[in-house]
Amino acid sequence: MAPVELIARSGELVDDGRKDAALAIRGLSVSYGAKAAVFSVDATLPLGTMTAIVGPNGAGKSSLLKGALGVVPRLSGEVTVFGRPFKEARHRVAYVPQRASVDWDFPARVIDVVLMGLYRKIGWVRLAGRKHRETAMACLERVNMAEFAERQIGQLSGGQQQRVFLARALAQDADLYLLDEPLAGVDAATERAIIAVLQEVKAAGRTVVCVHHDLSTVAQYFDRVLLINLSKVAEGPVETTFTVENLQHTYGGRLATAHVEELALGRGA
Amino acid sequence: MGAEFVQLSLTPLLIGVLSAVACALPGNFLLLRRQALIGDAISHVVLPGIVVAFLVTGTVTAWPMMLGAGAAAIVAVLMIEAVKRLGRVEPGAAMGLVFTTLFAAGVLLLEQSDTSAVHLDVEHALNGNLESLIWFDATGWGSLLDPQALAGLPPQLPRLAIVTLAIGLFLALLWKELAISTFDAAFARTVGVPTRLLGGALVVLTAIAAVAAFDAVGSIIVIAMFVCPPAAARLMTDRLGRQVAWSVLFAIVSAVLGYVLAGYGPVWLGAANSVSAAGMIATVAGVILWIACLAAPRRSRTG
Repeated sequence: MAPVELIARSGELVDDGRKDAALAIRGLSVSYGAKAAVFSVDATLPLGTMTAIVGPNGAGKSSLLKGALGVVPRLSGEVTVFGRPFKEARHRVAYVPQRASVDWDFPARVIDVVLMGLYRKIGWVRLAGRKHRETAMACLERVNMAEFAERQIGQLSGGQQQRVFLARALAQDADLYLLDEPLAGVDAATERAIIAVLQEVKAAGRTVVCVHHDLSTVAQYFDRVLLINLSKVAEGPVETTFTVENLQHTYGGRLATAHVEELALGRGA
Repeated sequence: MGAEFVQLSLTPLLIGVLSAVACALPGNFLLLRRQALIGDAISHVVLPGIVVAFLVTGTVTAWPMMLGAGAAAIVAVLMIEAVKRLGRVEPGAAMGLVFTTLFAAGVLLLEQSDTSAVHLDVEHALNGNLESLIWFDATGWGSLLDPQALAGLPPQLPRLAIVTLAIGLFLALLWKELAISTFDAAFARTVGVPTRLLGGALVVLTAIAAVAAFDAVGSIIVIAMFVCPPAAARLMTDRLGRQVAWSVLFAIVSAVLGYVLAGYGPVWLGAANSVSAAGMIATVAGVILWIACLAAPRRSRTG
């Protein structure tokens, strides 16, 4: 991934694996004002994998996703989705922002939020039809929320709200799912349900990426890991990348060694 | 309810209703985006806008006034953005700072300039002149079909009708986009909704509604209608479409009831004179919101 590899040869980009990757990020930097949030990150996420983005608070995990998707402006960097610029591949991507980033007091029912995932399919000016509702209901069933379809979203628990967001992503029927802390503040049952659905998605050949904060479950839930702290520390399969050394590097010695060893040993459990 | 009603009350009533609806419609989205104050800001800066337009053109005819007000609204929005970014001030404070400064500047300008010959004063700016927008050429209901009489309608009426229709169309055509980007802007951007453009368009529409309504009814109604009917409507339902419908209903009720109460209320109470219709309409809108706060079904869930 050295910069020299990216130099175009006779106008063609050298294939550095990004054509085959579900998501390829090259030299992505994001800043808020003068403060850098992400600095020159490269990442290549292969098709059909399930990756955890891991790093300390303020390491730029969310900003990496937002920068890659153009939700926040990026200072530099190129992002391709299935070998194409994101703008040409939007319809193949589903993004789930942090649950706390929206106002759940918004006047909408559960089904209305899931229908937002069908926005591109419904089309301009038109309203959701019966078929769209059926699709939305099927997605709610997959996250065990069908009975709440008519409920106002503010009346749900945090875990239920997170499931609704997941159902909206499922409604998008994407090939790449990017989720920002889908397990933050959810109960154990919801965590199991969400992971089960994401593993189904992966089993169907789709690619899943989650910003993840719980180091103890990384090895259990994911097959790849991307460690970042402002810039990238390491990326690769959990077995070879989720190591004591890389974790210490990522967290700058803020984790107790015994704890880290326990985590790294726990992989593959 | 005969010829006299058509001549004296029909047009002010319709103008009051249209002003209220034109402001309440975009007000729903401003409220949900926590930008309700922007309606307030724009309706205040309309004043310096029209004063400057008067000083430049020397007339108080509609178009220079509308253009001046529109230009002031744009200047205000740009200034709010500048204060937010350069001064690192939170949005509400930036709006409060800009509109009070510009409004005060408008009042000073108005006092210093020679506007005694024309009908342009602070009182007019606040309360408008709804009661004077009567239909001289009307002789009864039949005048509604008489082209000659229709030509004599106060120009505010067709202007507000067009503005209200345009705002209604905008909301209808971009309903899904407005809903998605208001609820979850980050998600909206990833599915290709141009959120910034849409947010800008909403502010421009708000400015158009404020300017068109201001000319007829003054800034008090405008400020009240951006906030009160949508806020009361939010307490009635948990669905966006129904909220907008309720807000329109509340706007119409405020306008009609306010107009009638202003004209006849004081007389019923034994007072000699009627009160300002614009003030009464805004008051009724506030009372509706108050009742909704106490009694509406969804009052427990407000943000």
